[in-house]
Amino acid sequence: MSPTVTREQVFDWLRAVPDPEIPVLSITDLGIVRDVVVDECVTVGLAPTYSGCPATEAIEQDVLAALRGRGLDKVAIARRLDPPWTTDWISDEGRRKLREYGIAPPEKAAGKRALTHGDRKIACPRCASTDTALVAEFGSTPCKAAYRCSACLEPFEYFKCI
Amino acid sequence: MTAEDALYRYVLRLGDNALITAQRKTERVTLEPELEEELANANFALDYLGQARMYYSYAGELEGRGRSEDDFAYRRDEREFQNFLLVEQPNGHFGDAIVCQVLFGVFYELQLRALAACTDSQLAAIAARAVKEIRYHLRHAGLWLVRLGRGTELSHARVRASLENQWRFTAEFFAGDEVDDIVRRDFDGPDLDAMAAAFHDRTGAMIREAGLDVPEDGVALAGGRAGRHSEHLGYLVAEMQHLARSFPGAAW
Repeated sequence: MSPTVTREQVFDWLRAVPDPEIPVLSITDLGIVRDVVVDECVTVGLAPTYSGCPATEAIEQDVLAALRGRGLDKVAIARRLDPPWTTDWISDEGRRKLREYGIAPPEKAAGKRALTHGDRKIACPRCASTDTALVAEFGSTPCKAAYRCSACLEPFEYFKCI
Repeated sequence: MTAEDALYRYVLRLGDNALITAQRKTERVTLEPELEEELANANFALDYLGQARMYYSYAGELEGRGRSEDDFAYRRDEREFQNFLLVEQPNGHFGDAIVCQVLFGVFYELQLRALAACTDSQLAAIAARAVKEIRYHLRHAGLWLVRLGRGTELSHARVRASLENQWRFTAEFFAGDEVDDIVRRDFDGPDLDAMAAAFHDRTGAMIREAGLDVPEDGVALAGGRAGRHSEHLGYLVAEMQHLARSFPGAAW
């Protein structure tokens, strides 16, 4: 029996699946949901962020659980390596949520920025001052660098461009 | 050797370099000089492990005999691994680890950049994903090379010795065999001669920026592609496979 859901409905449900490492972001904010195909089976195409990201498998399990929770019994995940995920795919809504959570969001045009990272000023997500200093380029997860704001003195994390 | 067979072997070698590098980096966990380095190292190990998994899964598909990533990692003997001798060398001190990351990293970044444009779409996709990660690792290693090379007399002397010790393993990167030739010809894969020139330019610039001299080419060591390893790999493989060998078929 073919499922009676639409692509849009599945996308809507996926908006409620959080990223396990940064739970204020949903996986759709993060831009890793590449496509949804509905035929005899619902297939969700997901792009891994980093090759070794331990969250990749957790996210896949969460997606399967979320869709099964909506009564779909034939669901599958397809890994989409090509094109590779970039921080440019994080939505504007996602960037706002990151800032509110205390993580400075990556800037757009990641390909160019990744090359010059560390030479630019990152705005503090709390007070918006650009008087900030890099503490450690390689932070708590591969995707983040540690910064400190010289204006409000708060340490914060910066989501690196990739 | 058919084109498909060569591609399978090539992808398996990529997996071996990535897995052995991941294992060596994992051995360094808790041994780094400061917390930030601890996190950086562990995250680099994860990147390599993730890459190894993608290569092994794909190698299994290409081989078509139903072997999984675990079969390649845990059910092959030392002589079946075809990684470079450099990446299996014992970790030594922090400077050794940084020099290894620079030398292998520069080669691997060039290799991935070439593979991202090869005609096999799955390998190109994995390479395009991985090259972004290796660029970050290289940036990290390059910054440390300068700090150590231009740091104290002691750090300079030690990192110079690391470089002189490891340089003899780099010629192996470019000593291609039939597998490399076929992948280059049939899949528009890397040109090892062009890569060797780019490798020497890039490492030369990094080494000079660090106030060090490029070592002279002496006796070059090789054998990894043919499964002839230094005595160190056997111990690494034995430890890495211990659990899987003691409890065959164990699953999460």
